[in-house]
Amino acid sequence: MISNFSTLQKNLKKDTSLMPTIKAALLGDTATQFLATALKGTAIERGFNIDLFEADYNQVERQLLDPDSDLYTFDPEYIIVFQSTHKLLSAFNNLPPEQQHTLADERIEFVKTIAAMVKSRLIYFNYPEIDDTVFGNYANKTERSFTYQVRKLNLMLMECSVANTNLFINDIASIQNKMGRDAMFHPAVYIGSEMVLSLDAIPYVTASALDVISALHGKFKKCLILDLDNTLWGGVVGDDGYEKLELGHELGIGKAFTEFQQWVLKLKNRGIIIAVCSKNNEETAKEPFLKHPEMVLKLDDIAVFIANWENKADNIRRIQSILNIGYDSMVFLDDNPFERNIVRENLPEVMVPELPEDPAEYLEYLYSLNLFETAAFSNADAERTRQYQVDAERVATQINFTNEADFLKSLNMKSEVRPFNSFNTPRVSQLSQRSNQFNLRTIRYTVADIEKLSRDPRFQNFSFTLTDKFGDNGLICVVILEKKDKKTLFIDTWLMSCRILKRGMEHFTLNTIVDYAKRDGFENIVGEYIPTAKNSMVQDHYSRLGFVPSNENGRHLFVLDVADYQKKECYITTV
Amino acid sequence: MEEEKIMNRVQDIFRDVLDEESLTLKRDTTANDVDGWDSLTHIQLIVAIEKRFKVKFSSKEILSWKNVGELLDSLCSKLNV
Repeated sequence: MISNFSTLQKNLKKDTSLMPTIKAALLGDTATQFLATALKGTAIERGFNIDLFEADYNQVERQLLDPDSDLYTFDPEYIIVFQSTHKLLSAFNNLPPEQQHTLADERIEFVKTIAAMVKSRLIYFNYPEIDDTVFGNYANKTERSFTYQVRKLNLMLMECSVANTNLFINDIASIQNKMGRDAMFHPAVYIGSEMVLSLDAIPYVTASALDVISALHGKFKKCLILDLDNTLWGGVVGDDGYEKLELGHELGIGKAFTEFQQWVLKLKNRGIIIAVCSKNNEETAKEPFLKHPEMVLKLDDIAVFIANWENKADNIRRIQSILNIGYDSMVFLDDNPFERNIVRENLPEVMVPELPEDPAEYLEYLYSLNLFETAAFSNADAERTRQYQVDAERVATQINFTNEADFLKSLNMKSEVRPFNSFNTPRVSQLSQRSNQFNLRTIRYTVADIEKLSRDPRFQNFSFTLTDKFGDNGLICVVILEKKDKKTLFIDTWLMSCRILKRGMEHFTLNTIVDYAKRDGFENIVGEYIPTAKNSMVQDHYSRLGFVPSNENGRHLFVLDVADYQKKECYITTV
Repeated sequence: MEEEKIMNRVQDIFRDVLDEESLTLKRDTTANDVDGWDSLTHIQLIVAIEKRFKVKFSSKEILSWKNVGELLDSLCSKLNV
């Protein structure tokens, strides 16, 4: 799945004029030319064009610590910093022995300083270990060993990343764990060239960096769709019966499937939506979930369960229509190459990994793909499966009402409107990164950005939750208003979770905005629609709500006169 | 494998890495004679040759070749040609 270096290099000849451009800077203490080439080539595969600032060799400190440096003049969105373990080792070697135990502390101070200085997002590479074996295994027992210092530093980098919302770690130590040091490092090339990453390793390193960047740009996987027979368990439930399935530690290769299910459960607990798509009778397919004692996954863990004899591409289309998320945020796992190809051909945006033939290899293979990168995590993620199941119930209820208003009234919906605060900031930021469809301007905000906005008097922010008789949807809508002048409010951000479409939430939100505008004496509210590949569902959003189009310099602007506004009907009450 | 065959395969690698379909190598060809053969592509060439012939060059060898002939001699000696 990962292209080799020469393919990445050839990508640079492709036409990138239609791709969004990201300004990034790459700073390293070793030769980074190949890394720069691969970074650009990998970005093109992910649909980005990187405008890259490359500092001269070994300018990390100078560029980062001098506020007037070329780096800050360039003003990148991302600063990528690769300080190598080799150079760290040589710094260690040059310290007097009695100071060698301060190495990790010194380096982390530098990282903390730059994390505080830069306004961009900082992507910092952690340190793959070099065991100099000076202490042997005793290295674990003394702070004076290099191994001790490297491991301590890697742990402190994680702590630093937890504390600094703009610091992201590119975990190349993990890449070395997977590839092995001998594949990651080519000594003869290093001696002649100052390159510390082998040509084979570089594409993995840049893929990992782009995983971080893509996730921050809202490109990540939200849903895992699973086949059942010989994917989730060994054997064919319709033929063998649920009692004979290979699962658990007793029977055949059951352990492979049990461990695979444990991985899926962890993903579900992290907030990945799990769906089933199987060629089976529904009742037969559900039997193991209900009756087999070794099943790790239960029916409750599955948000959407589809088992029938129709083709899988159509079934995935059904799953998509229920979940209302993009095909490009779905991963489909199936042991059968035929089914995989049908899905690939019909739904090319769905990620379909080439699962190995031997189920024993499933997990290590899947680990190598890093499918589920994320840019944020909150407790609400863990609740997601329940929410989607509730959605399915709600759809069933809706069928019984002939009149939409009656249905909406019956839901007994309540919304809590709050400014951004320390409790909702992680979720607000996450929603700004996840929402693609109902998102008028698709501006992505990190936790740090949201914190800054909530302190800025030029902005008024609202977050909205929604509960109904079926359950709590959590925080589902975000509005950021910019006070352009005394009379004009500009809607910088209006985004909503697609799960709560057609519930009158738009009306409730606009009523809230206009109430605020009236109270503070604003006369006009200006909205803007910035088209993306995914947000066409809201291109008429403002027109539908009674805003008057006013296109300026090619921008799609819409104006609402506050004085003329008639409160919109809706069936949501304020908590 | 005789030297000529090896030379042809090395030439294929050069053509691929340097993206130069019509490139022709002779024993006395040096980096100065070939567009794009610089210190960076040199590393790509070495890694590609190492992979193709399943050999490993030493750091000295990598730095010492003055022309294609010397590279070829290193390679042939490793392949016992």
